[in-house]
Amino acid sequence: MDSLEVGLNQILSKAQKVRWQVGSVREVIVKSIYEQAQEITEKVVTTKEAEEDLDRKIDNIVTSKILGYPLMIALLGLVFWLTISGANLPSQILADLLFGFQHRLTTFFHWISAPEWLHGVLVLGLYRCLAWVVSVMLPPMAIFFPLFTFLEDLGYLPRVAFNLDKLFKRAGAHGKQILTMCMGFGCNAAGVIACRIIESPRERLIAILTNNFVPCNGRFPTLIAMAAVFLGILVSKESNLLASALVAGVVVLGVFITLLVSWILSKTVLKGVPSTFTLELPPYRWPKIGTLLIRSVLDRTLFVLMRAVIVAAPAGVVIWTLANIEVANLSIIGYLAGWLQGFGRLIGLDGYIILAFILGLPANEIVIPILIMSYLSQGTMLELDSIEALRQLLIANGWTWLTALNMILFSLLHFPCATTLLTIRRETQSIRWTWLAALIPTTVAVVVCFLLAQTARVLGLV
Amino acid sequence: MQVTGLQEFLERIEENKGDAVIALAGNPNTGKSTVFNSLTGLNQHTGNWPGKTVVFAKGSYRYKKKNITLVDLPGAYSLLANSADEQVARDFICFGKPDATVVVVDATCLERNLNLALQVMEITPQTILCVNLIDEAKRKKMAIDFSKLADLLGVPVIPTVARDKVGLLDLKESIHRVVFEKQLLQPRRIVYNKVIESAIEKIQEEVEVLVHGSLNSRWVALRLLDGDPTIIREIFNHLQRMDPGDQQSKRALKVVEDCG
Repeated sequence: MDSLEVGLNQILSKAQKVRWQVGSVREVIVKSIYEQAQEITEKVVTTKEAEEDLDRKIDNIVTSKILGYPLMIALLGLVFWLTISGANLPSQILADLLFGFQHRLTTFFHWISAPEWLHGVLVLGLYRCLAWVVSVMLPPMAIFFPLFTFLEDLGYLPRVAFNLDKLFKRAGAHGKQILTMCMGFGCNAAGVIACRIIESPRERLIAILTNNFVPCNGRFPTLIAMAAVFLGILVSKESNLLASALVAGVVVLGVFITLLVSWILSKTVLKGVPSTFTLELPPYRWPKIGTLLIRSVLDRTLFVLMRAVIVAAPAGVVIWTLANIEVANLSIIGYLAGWLQGFGRLIGLDGYIILAFILGLPANEIVIPILIMSYLSQGTMLELDSIEALRQLLIANGWTWLTALNMILFSLLHFPCATTLLTIRRETQSIRWTWLAALIPTTVAVVVCFLLAQTARVLGLV
Repeated sequence: MQVTGLQEFLERIEENKGDAVIALAGNPNTGKSTVFNSLTGLNQHTGNWPGKTVVFAKGSYRYKKKNITLVDLPGAYSLLANSADEQVARDFICFGKPDATVVVVDATCLERNLNLALQVMEITPQTILCVNLIDEAKRKKMAIDFSKLADLLGVPVIPTVARDKVGLLDLKESIHRVVFEKQLLQPRRIVYNKVIESAIEKIQEEVEVLVHGSLNSRWVALRLLDGDPTIIREIFNHLQRMDPGDQQSKRALKVVEDCG
């Protein structure tokens, strides 16, 4: 043993002897520090009049037993309503612009007499996929992210955590998991990283494994578009109010599934008692709107959009190629979708949808573009620049309200994107947990969609 | 020799630390990061604390011809190391030997925030208190006597509104004085009850022989009494790092004799 260690050990054993005489040293230390902090504060701080504490008054309403939950859900609905109704027009304009440019590109390619396959790969594949991603994703994101950041900066999120804490405790999870879920709204990979705020490894794993049940920004456009399609087929009328209620309902369902899966995990593979923690309710602060806009647009919107664009470009090329190389009168994509058709039908979807989800593994944002491209390549070319046109296309490909609903559910519940999986691998340092993180949601998604599809068919609803 | 996360981090800081290294500590939600951002602007980068899932940010600014490196420590309520964040903050302030530590506190909840400040002052006299969010305190009709606070604490107290860039120049100036003009600070000492004070007395002398001025012996004695294993391991690593060789062995032997 080295002499330093001997010396230290000597002192340690002496300290230990003294400690036994003193009793709980830690308690005395903490108490002394608190007392002196209090003493100093009393000497320097004077509050002029009876403190008019507005924050407490707001908190009494926002975190009250009766109004807490309804307010939360109403606020969620409001955010979606603003997002959906605000995004319609800019989406339309962007689509007109970008697809209008596609015609110019086509003309240009013909003018230089470029070969047809080159035009196909670059314009019909790459460019069109990009145009879809930008026009569908950018407007909702540009509205949703600032709104969400606003609530975050205002100090509302800790109140949400406060409200939901009891539910998560009961599910055997950590109250801070709610905050990681809020991050998940932006991006599940970020949500998984945010799980670091949870100290206990058991509860952190639960939070990591279930983070995917919160729809990330990449999936919101899908959910929003599908909600419109679903309502269009079911009640054949567009309603932003109904659509936002539906999306809010989907999010609530995601939270419910999170609780359920957390509960099952904490009763099986991740047994244990939830640890307690102190949750601080920081004072409400009116956010600086300028900084907020810059931050949410630069840090979040453009970041996520860039990621989507980077993935969408090669995906567009691959899909177009797969859809246009024909073997014995059927495209490769047709073969692949054919193989998946049986399974797809079983859970109320179809082969193309399953294929789109699989090919969309790099990023959830491109699931709908892939789906549209594979449907389009099958039949007539049509101008796809509105939700209405999208609905027509989907109905033409055999969609019913059930397909749209199951598409929403599958998108909410299915496996995380590749980035998230890689992040989980890095955070857990374990292949096993990473696999579980993919398998658990996928199983839930398949079971839910299967049950719904079979029930609907047995009851003759479709 | 065992390479700890702390050591790796210190080596990383050492690479281009400029003229002084300043640690930025504070409770969560005090606007600590706003202070950090306002001081460093775009000259910053973030990274992972080696071996731990804790994020830190490092940045720099220039004031009166001196290049200052600022280390934004993770938010912590205390240095009693209840979490990885608190442990990292404590280890850096204690063993990283920053030239000064700025503790950012929320003016609207001074009492709770002072707990951390007092604990930092217990480790290092080179402490500056930055009382942030004074605009909100004003809105809540709270009046804070800053000069009295500075007298009571024995360290500089700088009121700021970081997000409006109020008081940041004063903060830079105060850092400059403490670090480069060797302004003498005599921070208030936390006095414990008689039992603990006499227990500290019993072992402090031997601790002093062992740490030999490289750490605050009173503080180390307190931690040994507290019996926190994480800190004891770090103290051991630190001492090994500070002076390998004969000196250390001699001193350690002396301790053995004294205790025996």
